[in-house]
Amino acid sequence: MQFSKRTNLIAFVALGIALAVIPNFLTNNYQISIMILIALYTILTVGLSLLMGYAGQISLGQAVFYGMGGYITAWITVKMGLPPLVGMLVAAIITGAFAYVVGIPMLRLRGNYLAMATLGLNVIFELVVLQETAWTGGPDGFQGIPKFSLGDLVFKTDREVYVLVWIIALIVIVLSLNIVNSRVGRALRAVHASEIAAEMNGVDTAHYKVAVLVLSAVYASIAGSLYAFWNGIISPSVYHLTFSIELVVMVAIGGLASVWGAIFGAAGVTLLAEFLRNVLPQLLRGASGEQEIIAFGVILILVMIFLPEGLTTGSLIRIRKWRADRASAK
Amino acid sequence: MLQVRDISTYYGQICALDTVNLRVRPGEIVALIGANGAGKTTLLNTISGILPARHGEIIFEGKTLTRLGAETVVQFGVSHIPERRQVFGTLSVLDNLLLGAYHRRDKLVRDDIAEVFELFPILNKRQNQQAGTLSGGEQQMLAIARGMMSRPKLLMLDEPSVGLAPLIVREIMRIVADLRTRGTTILLVEQNAKAALGVADRGYVLENGRIVLEGTAQELMADEGVQKAYLGKGERLQLSRCRADTNLVCLENDGINSCVVCPHKDSK
Repeated sequence: MQFSKRTNLIAFVALGIALAVIPNFLTNNYQISIMILIALYTILTVGLSLLMGYAGQISLGQAVFYGMGGYITAWITVKMGLPPLVGMLVAAIITGAFAYVVGIPMLRLRGNYLAMATLGLNVIFELVVLQETAWTGGPDGFQGIPKFSLGDLVFKTDREVYVLVWIIALIVIVLSLNIVNSRVGRALRAVHASEIAAEMNGVDTAHYKVAVLVLSAVYASIAGSLYAFWNGIISPSVYHLTFSIELVVMVAIGGLASVWGAIFGAAGVTLLAEFLRNVLPQLLRGASGEQEIIAFGVILILVMIFLPEGLTTGSLIRIRKWRADRASAK
Repeated sequence: MLQVRDISTYYGQICALDTVNLRVRPGEIVALIGANGAGKTTLLNTISGILPARHGEIIFEGKTLTRLGAETVVQFGVSHIPERRQVFGTLSVLDNLLLGAYHRRDKLVRDDIAEVFELFPILNKRQNQQAGTLSGGEQQMLAIARGMMSRPKLLMLDEPSVGLAPLIVREIMRIVADLRTRGTTILLVEQNAKAALGVADRGYVLENGRIVLEGTAQELMADEGVQKAYLGKGERLQLSRCRADTNLVCLENDGINSCVVCPHKDSK
């Protein structure tokens, strides 16, 4: 779904104001930590939404790029003692290069081979992280990652991290909105609409698909680095395949091919998950937090049936149609 | 301008084009006619680099296009408007046009958009509408306009008349003739031989992957074989009565031996 530049600007300013005000209403660290998670997932889903909605490819391996960002950052800052910013940048470059190398053979094939290949990648990644204990810390995780800092400025408390992650998330959003509304974005949408016709118009489709995969991987890596700085420890369970699937669910629920949809998806799914985790055990005696997954499944099915374009895009289409119907009825 | 020399194209083991030779001179409209499955689309796809040729050479203005990909061929000034239009349905009309100029880096793109809007006023009116919501004729016009946006020297049109009302077909052919007067050379693929030969200078007839006939449009229109096969003139095919003994109905013309089971017992 395309928005005008003005709509995007208004939405962006509104989001910025909301984010500046929200911390005043948050009373405990638990609530702030959820807001931090939403920022991290926003960075991840915006990239994935570009890949799914614009290049028409599904990646079930975003957790791998997220994990690479975390582990490389950990290695550079802890084992090599380099500053956090260097760790984050180097991790992004290596992860991007990795996505490029695995992306070329995968994306030259037409159709959704990327989903299967990235799924395999995720399984391999989990095994490597668990087995290569000397490098990754194995099941115990990688510990002692420093807080993010720029010179003397250290982002130590959760409130400080909140500012950091949302600034980066906002940068990612602006960058992505600009890409979508540029010549490159038009080419991406063309690839999605008809690959053959895009090629006939001179669009190098394979090149673009790889480029978006790399971009989404770099975003994921940055989110992974931020998570590592914040948490101080990373362990394999975070990078399980289910996390990759959750990200796809966020994008699908929020709305494909929409940067704003990705943000709503990330926020909606995260808040809902926390809500269910707290409420379900109270409603059903003996229900564990894990049963939220069942509720998730039901919600996903309902969204796919009634709003297959996702919550944002889907409801906007409905509203526009309703308005048009009303106008023609008059 | 364009020379296709001894081109053979295969789909796996199946030979779709067999040593095809074709030539387009600057400023011409050349029609390529033939029945369904003759290889017309395959030939265009081979020229524009979507399909690889197994043998032969494609030369455009002295440069070899034979082994180049589709995204490169368009930069040489060959624009291919594919069969069934293939507009970007989810994109706006304007975005479709901008994509046509995708590989151009010059600043005249806006001027060219104004020019195609002059040529196709309906597109101007619908410029912010999703291309998928246009009618068939409008989509064909958009496909042509999009093709023009790359400033092609050679425009290849694949079945622009397919699925369109006769009035719209006439309009499209008028536009094709108009484009030539603006300096674009045209290779027109059509099943609608009458419409195609009506605007073309020369033509080729493709049958089973081979060029079986070539000549000026007048020569082809006067050709008895072409008239029979593609223009629907000449003797009418006669059906026999349904024969009670075999329950078959057959064609009675010379040289044609084809029978089918009677559609209904007592029908004729």
